[in-house]
Amino acid sequence: MSGKKGGSGGSFEERLSTARRKRGLEAPPSKAGKPGGDGPSMMGIGLRVGVELVSALAVGVAIGWGLDSFFHTRPFLLMLFVLLGGAAGLLNVWRLLGPKSDSQKN
Amino acid sequence: MAAGHTIDALGQFELHSVLGPVGASVGFSESTLMMVVSSALTLLLLGVGMSAKAVVPGRLQALAEMIYDFVHTMCIEQIGEEGKKFFPFIFTLFMFILLGNLLGLLPFSFTYTSHIAVTFGLAAMVIVLVTGVALAIHGWHFFSYFFPAGAPIALSPLIVTVEIISYLSRPVSLSIRLFANMVAGHVMFEVFASFIVMMAGAGVVGYLGGIGPLALNVILMGFELLVACLQAYVFAVLTCIYLHDAVHLH
Repeated sequence: MSGKKGGSGGSFEERLSTARRKRGLEAPPSKAGKPGGDGPSMMGIGLRVGVELVSALAVGVAIGWGLDSFFHTRPFLLMLFVLLGGAAGLLNVWRLLGPKSDSQKN
Repeated sequence: MAAGHTIDALGQFELHSVLGPVGASVGFSESTLMMVVSSALTLLLLGVGMSAKAVVPGRLQALAEMIYDFVHTMCIEQIGEEGKKFFPFIFTLFMFILLGNLLGLLPFSFTYTSHIAVTFGLAAMVIVLVTGVALAIHGWHFFSYFFPAGAPIALSPLIVTVEIISYLSRPVSLSIRLFANMVAGHVMFEVFASFIVMMAGAGVVGYLGGIGPLALNVILMGFELLVACLQAYVFAVLTCIYLHDAVHLH
């Protein structure tokens, strides 16, 4: 029992973790990051940004169109809300990619 | 589709009524049928899987427990301890979308998540729930969400409008993301499959040439399985994030 322990040295936990690593059951501790790649792919980010921009613009257009037909001011509110929708799209992208404040960790 | 030399990539998304004249009279389409099938499969998985109640789970029980635990952990991690209240909703949403995406990959089946009517319906449900939860918890204080603290009051008309549009764009982006991913995948399948048929029409050389698109379709199937699971996860996780915003408000 004691002779076996002297072989590899270290505590039981260490030896267990080495053995598990050898078997591929445990990720090596040197890798601090996530095991599968580093973050989302460029293509994924591009797709998300595109969807955010387009959806905000679509909502802006829908609101502008709706208000226009309600107030009978056909082009003007649509023009205004297209700009506001574009701004909201940029805000969405900023929320997605910009620096994360601690209150808004997601 | 196989007859002509044109590629009818969007024909697969057309709805037809099923179950004969009875189905036709009530507008029971393939989409509805697949929804019923996926709901039944979810119930079967949970019902049959958990009927054994074994301490050491069998395969089906392990699957049911893993999915349950996965969604449960996601709820608590993303929303906080209050997340347990929303677990049934998130779980239902996740299973419905996941099975819709996965069953749609089977031959002769139909992907109901490839219709924006369905995905937008789900996203609208989410946003109504999120707004309702926020109003119930915070009352009128909820509307401070649209005006960040410390911003100059003179800019408030601009900021509030942009924030409201940004808030309303959430269900739109949620539904477009799922719908676009599903449609894109199935269109690619159809296009490459048409290439195989066209190649086969060109004789012996064509049979060899058809191997290329066939191999691509096999690879694409693996990729689409990933996308199907990923998009269900993304939909559920974004719902959790919105619920977190609603519960904690900033």
